[in-house]
Amino acid sequence: MATLSVEGVTKSFGATRVLHGIDLRVSEGEMIVVVGASGCGKSTLLRIVAGLEEPSAGRVRIGGRDVTELEPSDRDVAMVFQNYALYPHMTVERNMAYGLRIRGLPKPEIARRVREAAELLGIAGLLDRRPRQLSGGQRQRVAMGRAIVREPALFLFDEPLSNLDARLRVQMRAEIRRLQRRLGVTSLFVTHDQTEAMTLGDRLVVMHAGHAAQVATPMEIWARPADTFVAGFIGSPSMNLLEAVLAEEGRAARLRAGPVLRFADGPRPGPEGRRLLVGVRPEHLRPAGADEAQALDVSLDLVEPLGSESVLHGRVPGGEALTARVAGALPAMADGLRLAIRPAEAHVFDAESGLRLDAVG
Amino acid sequence: MRRRVIFRGTALPLLLLAPQLAVTAVFFLWPAGVAVWQSVLQQDAWGLRTEFVGLRNFAEVLADPDWRAAAWNTAVFSAAVAGLAMGAALVLAAQADKSIRGARAYRTLLIWPYAVAPAVAAVLWLFLFHPSIGLIGRALNANGIPWDTRLNGGQAMALVVLAAAWKQVSYNFIFFLAGLQAIPKSVLEAASIDGARPVRRFWTIVFPLLSPTTFFLLVVNLVYAFFDTFGTIHALTGGGPGKATETLIYKAYVEGVQNTNLGSAAAQSVILMVLVIALTMVQFRFVERRVHY
Ligand SMILES: Nc1ncnc2c1ncn2[C@@H]1O[C@H](COP(=O)(O)OP(=O)(O)O)[C@@H](O)[C@H]1O
Ligand SMILES: [Mg+2]
Repeated sequence: MATLSVEGVTKSFGATRVLHGIDLRVSEGEMIVVVGASGCGKSTLLRIVAGLEEPSAGRVRIGGRDVTELEPSDRDVAMVFQNYALYPHMTVERNMAYGLRIRGLPKPEIARRVREAAELLGIAGLLDRRPRQLSGGQRQRVAMGRAIVREPALFLFDEPLSNLDARLRVQMRAEIRRLQRRLGVTSLFVTHDQTEAMTLGDRLVVMHAGHAAQVATPMEIWARPADTFVAGFIGSPSMNLLEAVLAEEGRAARLRAGPVLRFADGPRPGPEGRRLLVGVRPEHLRPAGADEAQALDVSLDLVEPLGSESVLHGRVPGGEALTARVAGALPAMADGLRLAIRPAEAHVFDAESGLRLDAVG
Repeated sequence: MRRRVIFRGTALPLLLLAPQLAVTAVFFLWPAGVAVWQSVLQQDAWGLRTEFVGLRNFAEVLADPDWRAAAWNTAVFSAAVAGLAMGAALVLAAQADKSIRGARAYRTLLIWPYAVAPAVAAVLWLFLFHPSIGLIGRALNANGIPWDTRLNGGQAMALVVLAAAWKQVSYNFIFFLAGLQAIPKSVLEAASIDGARPVRRFWTIVFPLLSPTTFFLLVVNLVYAFFDTFGTIHALTGGGPGKATETLIYKAYVEGVQNTNLGSAAAQSVILMVLVIALTMVQFRFVERRVHY
């Protein structure tokens, strides 16, 4: 158990810059999930923390100790790999004991730790098997066990669930969360799956093209995404982003699709006509009454009934795509309908920079 | 995924196998049969009379102190050649596996020796280690280390081992490199995170994972040292000085071709044949069973 801090870490492979200065402070026992699209540099960041890659610049501290120059073996971290990376020629027991034997722990202590971890993970009956005799889920558990027995300062997970089928993934996700809470080990968990990220993390790092776009709790990120990338990435289906301009001395946005949206929380800075993107989550669109003036006329092209709700895909005047989630089923196969935005649930972004625009004062 | 092509009837398969079967028959089965036949016969000194003697040739060969010395030489020679050729190849393959830049040139250079004919390779080594004209031989003598493979049996053995091993390094290198590259990188990374330093990683992860390759190569190298090194020894030392570098295959040749003792030479060949068959069987058994973790 320890704190982790990543300070201004950059990484280039040849001329290609993969990480552009990542700063991150993880407190003791915290579970941080790094989430982002494939290729955005998540694994590279994790591998730099593990010592498997050298940063081009910046420092890594674990428990206050600068480990930037240390070998992976001297960092006291444990890692679970996407492909599990079990030692194929060793039994499950040997796999789990490997790190402890290297550290020269007494035999009874090794046996005790392996037994406890195996029981915790429900693999006590598999100790004599070899990795190739195990199912994917069992290998995953062994990989976890190998990390747990080490009692490291830091757990690192690199997409450990992405090779499992959907049901097992949900089950293991909950299990990892319980284990991490119970053991209280500071953890860094990498995934491209936003649901995994939201459910696992105390805080998330949303990565985008080598930058940390936002570092915050899942609810904060959902409620106040820092930019249009985060807004679109977190939440399913993705947030709608509609073009608009600033109007009424900053107190409203005039959507290209027609309606004028008066901000609930106060004016936004900038000149009249400043280009904006107004974000609305699909679940925050509600059917509008015929008498409501400020509503979107949506022409539907696809309705996905999901039982308790329906997902609607359509276009607004001007041609922008719109997705909405409404409760229940649509009464009849309508060609179009009117949807209204609740001002309190609208997100305002600057169209140029993509950054969130908050109300002034 | 394995796909099996099934031929119907027997004519086509037989036809396809015919060339290989013919070659095997002419160059292996027939001479082997003749050798087995010869091994139970004895000719008189003038080659006029031939009589059936049962296993007497074998009994004489096995009791012959010269043959026993050759057997010992073969054991030393084969162990040294296999050890040296495999050890060197493993070290080189580990380097090639690591480095990226220039790896291709490095690999190509390493593979060349395999294409050199044994006798040519031997001449090359002779030029290097010849006591009076060889580059290294002269240097050794000039520096007070008496070096003459024509007088010193140990030095002669070292020279044939070196030359024979050198030719086999390429072959071993290719297999070791393929074996190393088949080890997932993440497994080694997991080991280093688990606290293992490079040497430990090598002995606890890399080496065990290479064991199928190592075992396969061990058998191949032993067979090579037993049977394929005749040309090297013949060109370098001719089995001398004395009989210091006379291996079993070389002795069978001396017995049959120089001493024209066909019965004894045939018996020795049959013993060698049994040896190689045994080695091959061990190999098949192991490939089928364990070694694959
Ligand atoms: N060893 C490497 N050499 C060159 N480029 C690399 C190397 N490792 C990763 N990259 C590149 O860095 C980028 C980020 O990779 P990675 O961190 O693995 O992404 P992620 O884990 O988020 O999918 C990718 O574009 C990848 O091609
Ligand atoms: Mg990755």
